[in-house]
Order: sequence, then C-alpha cells, then structure tokens
Amino acid sequence: MEMTLLAKALAIGIGSIGPALAIGMIGAKAMESIGRNPESTGKILVPMLLVSAFAEAIAIYALIIAFSIK
Amino acid sequence: MSTDNHNSEPTHSEPEVLHDVEIGENQHASEEHAEEGHELTLYAEPIVHIGNFPVTNSLLTSWVAVFLIILLSLAIRKKTKRIPSIFQSIIELVVEGALNMMDLVTNDRSRSKKLFPIIFAIFIFILVNNWLGLIPGIGSISFNGHHIFRGGTADLNTTLALSLFAVIAANIFGVMVVGGWNYFNKFINIKAILAIPKKIKKEPTIVLINPISFFVGLIEVISEVAKIASLSFRLFGNVFAGEVLLASISAILAFGLPLPFMFLEVIVGLIQALIFAILTLVYFTIAATAHDH
Repeated sequence: MEMTLLAKALAIGIGSIGPALAIGMIGAKAMESIGRNPESTGKILVPMLLVSAFAEAIAIYALIIAFSIK
Repeated sequence: MSTDNHNSEPTHSEPEVLHDVEIGENQHASEEHAEEGHELTLYAEPIVHIGNFPVTNSLLTSWVAVFLIILLSLAIRKKTKRIPSIFQSIIELVVEGALNMMDLVTNDRSRSKKLFPIIFAIFIFILVNNWLGLIPGIGSISFNGHHIFRGGTADLNTTLALSLFAVIAANIFGVMVVGGWNYFNKFINIKAILAIPKKIKKEPTIVLINPISFFVGLIEVISEVAKIASLSFRLFGNVFAGEVLLASISAILAFGLPLPFMFLEVIVGLIQALIFAILTLVYFTIAATAHDH
C-alpha cells in the first residue's frame, strides 16, 4: 500500500474536521444573533467573515502539509 | 510533485511482479495527469538569472503588480481637483471606507491616519497580486516549457517576506510609541523581577505572581514567531490552493465549469488581503499599548 498517498489523505482529512466544526459554530451563532436582532446584520457580517478566515487558516495549514508530503 | 514518483520507484520496488505492475500503473497515471493541464509546483520556477539571483515567475508577476499600482497612483495624483470627477469620488469612497474600518480596530482617528499608508499599501499590494493570478495570460504564456507569469502571492517567498515585514514593522512601531525599555519588558519582564524585593513587604503574593508574568513574557516571544508563520501560511495556502483548484477544474472541463470557482477565487483574494491588512493593524495596535500590570 502506498504510504505517501495514505499520509496525504489522512493529513487533509483529519486536519479539516476541526475547522469545519469551528466555522459551523461561528455561522450558527451569527445566525442566531441576527435572528434576535435583524438590524445588526451589517455589524455582524464583517467580524463573522474575519473569524471564519482565521478558522479556515487551520485547514489551509493541513492542506499545505498534505501538498508537501512526497 | 508528480515527477518525484519516477525517482523514488527504483529504490522501493521489491522483486514482486504484482507490486511492479501497480507502481507502473501509478507512474503512467501520474504522467497522464501531468500532461493534461500544466503541473503546478509548490516552488516557483526561475526564468532568468540576474547575476546569481534567480528571477522566478512569481517575482516577475509581482513586478507587474507594482508597476500597475504605480500607474494607478500617478493617475490619482494628477487628476485630483477641487470638484471631484467620478474616478476621484470612487477613490475617496474607498479611502473613507478603509479609514472607517481601521477605526473599528484602533478606536482613534489620528492613529488610523498615521498607520493608513502602510496598512493600505499592504492591502492593495496583496489584492492586486491575488487578482493578477486570475486574469488570462498568467499561466498560459510559456517559454521553453516554463510559465513566465504566475500569481505573486502563490509563492511562499512573497508571503513570508510580507509577514516578516509586517511583524517587524509592528515591533518597531511599538518601540516608537511605548519606548524601548517598556517594550523590552513586554517580552523579558525585568521590571517584574526587580519589583519583587521592593514590594515584598506590602504584598507577599508578589513572589508568586511576578515570576509567572516573567514566563508569560517569554512565551510572547514564541507567539511573535507564530504570528509570522500563521500570516504567511494563511495567505500562501489560500492562494495556492485556489490555483490548484482552478487547474483541477479546468482539467475536467475548461468551458463554463470554472466560472463559479473563478468567482470564489475573486472573493477569497479580497478577503485574504483584507484579513492580512486588518491583522497587521491589530498587531500594530497591540504593540503600541502599554503593558498593563
């Protein structure tokens, strides 16, 4: 069995579980607060995008490791 | 990356016929995949050499981006009048929006104005580099088998240089605002150690607290290095993964199917430039606040 391919797949597979959960929770909380107070949509949008990009960066680190495994 | 399979096969192949056939199929499949689209390498390819210095295709594209930004700046400078034209109004809108967004972080208009040149320059540079990687011509013009142009930020060198510059500039700004001794004490908290014999009679718990704050200061040094790594890898990873995504989708069907992914890349380019600039601003602001006891 090709260990390299398995390593690449595991790196990106396991590495994106955390960020996916994190982004989902961020979106859920944002939706909840918009539902409570629809006027605050504009104020919530930019911080939500910002924090989602931080969470996504962790998945990107995993992807870089997956690319660099030979 | 796909050519490495060729090199590693002879050392791995055991004299089992079935195993060899499997490896042969792997090689064949990876060769086919490499010839369908252009193969994307993790490292940029050098095009020319100026003396000993290799000029890679990403570097060339960054120069094109700088040239475009200089043209834009000269155009703005020449055309400013008292009664603004449409072009000038758009630029003023953008500047006003940027200053408002910076105010959300710094809470101080004068400091936003002071930091505006460097933060906005970082934002525009990264934005133009990200978007240049998407226009036709990048990746298709090739010379002797090498692609002449490639997105500037798709190379780890560019993003590492940018993040080094941002973090070092934030530290220098901190020294400028707070003063050298105060700033040094954020990391190696000598003030806390010196305060122990002074205050030990009034507050005996200071023997426990101050060594802890000394070690926290030491950990801050490691977090500076982590800032450099995270800034560079976030930007590089997003742009490079976008390139790989577009190449893979174009290999499946090059007409029409890449369209939503191009749109995604445009948005990702904008958001990543915004995040880099905002994070740099946050580092500047944190460095400029006095160390709270």
